[in-house]
Amino acid sequence: MGISMRKMGVNQRGCIQSVAAGGEMGRRIRDMGLVPGTQFMIIGRAPLFDPVAVRMKGFTLSLRNSEADCITVEAL
Amino acid sequence: MAQSIRVAVAGQPNCGKSTMFNAITGGSARVGNYPGITVDRLEGVYRNNGHEVHLVDLPGTYSLTSYSMEELVARNVIVDEHPDVVINMVDATALERSLYLAVQLMEIGAPMVLGLNMMDEVKRNGVTIDTERLGALLGVAVVPCVARVGQGRTELMHAVGETYRKSGGTWKPIHLSYGPDLDPILDRMTDIIEDAQFLTKRHDPRWVAIKYLENDEQVLEEGRAAGSVSGRLEAICQEAEAITRQRSATTPDAIIADWRYGFINGLLKQGVITGGDELRRNSSDAIDRVVTHKVLGPVLMLAVLWVMFQVTFTIGAYPQGWIEAGFEKLAELGAAYIPEGYLQSLVVSGVIGGVGSVIGFTPLICIMFAMLVFLEDLGYMARVAYMMDRVLRIFGLHGMSVMPLIMSGGIPGGCAVPGVMCARTLRSPRERLATILTAPFMVCGAKTTAYLMLVAAFFPDNPTRAMFFVVLAAWGFVLIVSRLLRWTVVKGESTPFVMEIPPYRLPTLRGVVVHTWERVWQYVKKAGTVILAVSILMWAIMTFPELPEETVARFEAQRQEAVATAKAGNPAASEEELATLAEDAGKAVDDLQNEEALKYSVGGRISQFVEPVANLAGFPWQANVALIGAFAAKEVFVSTMATAYSMGEVDPEEPESLSERLAADPAWSLPAVLSVFTFMLLYTPCMVTVVAIAKETNWKWGVFSVVGSMVFAFVMAVLVYRVSAVFV
Repeated sequence: MGISMRKMGVNQRGCIQSVAAGGEMGRRIRDMGLVPGTQFMIIGRAPLFDPVAVRMKGFTLSLRNSEADCITVEAL
Repeated sequence: MAQSIRVAVAGQPNCGKSTMFNAITGGSARVGNYPGITVDRLEGVYRNNGHEVHLVDLPGTYSLTSYSMEELVARNVIVDEHPDVVINMVDATALERSLYLAVQLMEIGAPMVLGLNMMDEVKRNGVTIDTERLGALLGVAVVPCVARVGQGRTELMHAVGETYRKSGGTWKPIHLSYGPDLDPILDRMTDIIEDAQFLTKRHDPRWVAIKYLENDEQVLEEGRAAGSVSGRLEAICQEAEAITRQRSATTPDAIIADWRYGFINGLLKQGVITGGDELRRNSSDAIDRVVTHKVLGPVLMLAVLWVMFQVTFTIGAYPQGWIEAGFEKLAELGAAYIPEGYLQSLVVSGVIGGVGSVIGFTPLICIMFAMLVFLEDLGYMARVAYMMDRVLRIFGLHGMSVMPLIMSGGIPGGCAVPGVMCARTLRSPRERLATILTAPFMVCGAKTTAYLMLVAAFFPDNPTRAMFFVVLAAWGFVLIVSRLLRWTVVKGESTPFVMEIPPYRLPTLRGVVVHTWERVWQYVKKAGTVILAVSILMWAIMTFPELPEETVARFEAQRQEAVATAKAGNPAASEEELATLAEDAGKAVDDLQNEEALKYSVGGRISQFVEPVANLAGFPWQANVALIGAFAAKEVFVSTMATAYSMGEVDPEEPESLSERLAADPAWSLPAVLSVFTFMLLYTPCMVTVVAIAKETNWKWGVFSVVGSMVFAFVMAVLVYRVSAVFV
């Protein structure tokens, strides 16, 4: 059952199911390795709750909530 | 036999590529520019027993799409310059993501050497990488490195030589599988491309087919220009999209990315990488619990900014003072050795004064950049962007815009020149442009001197509050104007923020020094030439035409009369006292004459010419001419005002007497004062900044900044004048 990545809480782990963004945003998201099957953990949020910091594939990535909206994940 | 090998060094941002490049090339690297854009081009040479390797450092990119300037440059250098070998530096702690670029490079086909950097960190994380296995699976040479300490440098260059020898100059693009849906389509497209010899001079046929499926703008454009085959390929792409949408509800480019990552993942799982937990927080993440904490994060950020600021402008003031003193000495020498006249005036006031004011900024730029490079290489700037993004996004800016804004004078006393230059850290072109165009509104050090003088004159009761409002207004204007710009001339979706937060890594001294030096040298070289020309021009319009002879004669007569009156009025004075009196009396007339000469000059005439317009905003004429002069450098406002008020030399640092004169002049009504305050804040940046803007973007934006700020400032000044006049 998939939920939006935005809904994930800090310290929660998940696995990416699909990325619904196209064009430049989709390309950048995928280039950084956010592709289906990738496991990740939310490790923090900025002081104003946005952007979010994600740990995956051995590095840390930040993305805005609006970008996290395009990513459907499964909570683990 | 001596060989000459051409090598391109590629890699993702933060992978230590520059560090390795510097380690390989030593001090031989030269910075240049790719024609027409502001991406730096670094080149260097490596020599070893008769071999000569020419290296070019490609911009750091995560991928090779055509979305950003950097990625296009990296790709085009490889395609067009056809290097013999590509060194791909890789952050081995994020091996999977790093290989994504490597695979794309291999698809273009250049013989590759993979440099696995940060092997020390990998070891500390408890991970083992079987480099030989990786090399065998990929079919390339893999060299473990620790670029920080120069480890792996010789091995890397040895591998380059071997690869060059083995490849014999031929390129072998690898062909990955993109799955059952796309592979047959790719084969069809490849056949069409091969048959028609479509773009094959430049590219591998299958690579072109992939780029068509990825909807790559640059390749599509190239293809459309090359002929009708493009139409056939595009039709197939639409077909492919229909298939993928139907079968997996996605687009071909997404499938291509998925399969590329799938290929890499499969590779790594064959015993290349063992141990470690990819999702485990590392020490940097632990530090970030404090550094990006809800409360502590912003507090720490303010503290860091404040310290940077203090260091730049307090420590920088010493060398700045020395340089200024040096130029004053030079001016004195000029005055002593060049006979009085135009030449002396040109050399002393025009050339030495103008260039001196520019060179005086270099220590500030040096210090600021050194700290900025340090913080950036350390990884702190990414955290600042992370914390500030939510706020700045509202105004169409980016988290990374904070630094340029603060540096430009977000805290009064900054300088827009380093501010505009440090906007380079922004990777989003539209946000970067909006930042560069609005940063000069901030209260830079030069404006601060002018405001201090004006505030002392008109708000003597509470100068601190007045200054505070000026700064607040500056921030307000910056944010509002960037919002407006992003709605109009720099329109467009905000660039995706998706950004790596690199682990904290202590920068190498060498890296900081090299980067700082590159920036400073470019500033001195480029700014120096243009500014020299503009200073001469400014000098000329403030000097010519000179007063007609009869006016000069009249002043001469007045001077003698004044001296005579002074002598007659003090019959008891000694010789010495008389001389002082005569000098004072003469000086008063000199000041009057200077005022008259300024009015008579082109600059004075322009200010009288624009007076009907300027009157709309209620500027006194002295302010007109001072504002014109202040285009050269905003400090000039104070000195030109002094001349216009017949005050002779006034030290911009101590303008109290001028303030008194202004306060006494009825032309400065409160609305006029507010109007000048507004105009001063917003109008055309000083010429040094304009040059920096033009250099960081292009001349079109330089001109836009000049004209746009002028018009905007004037409209705002008129508005402030008219509205406040209603209330006073």
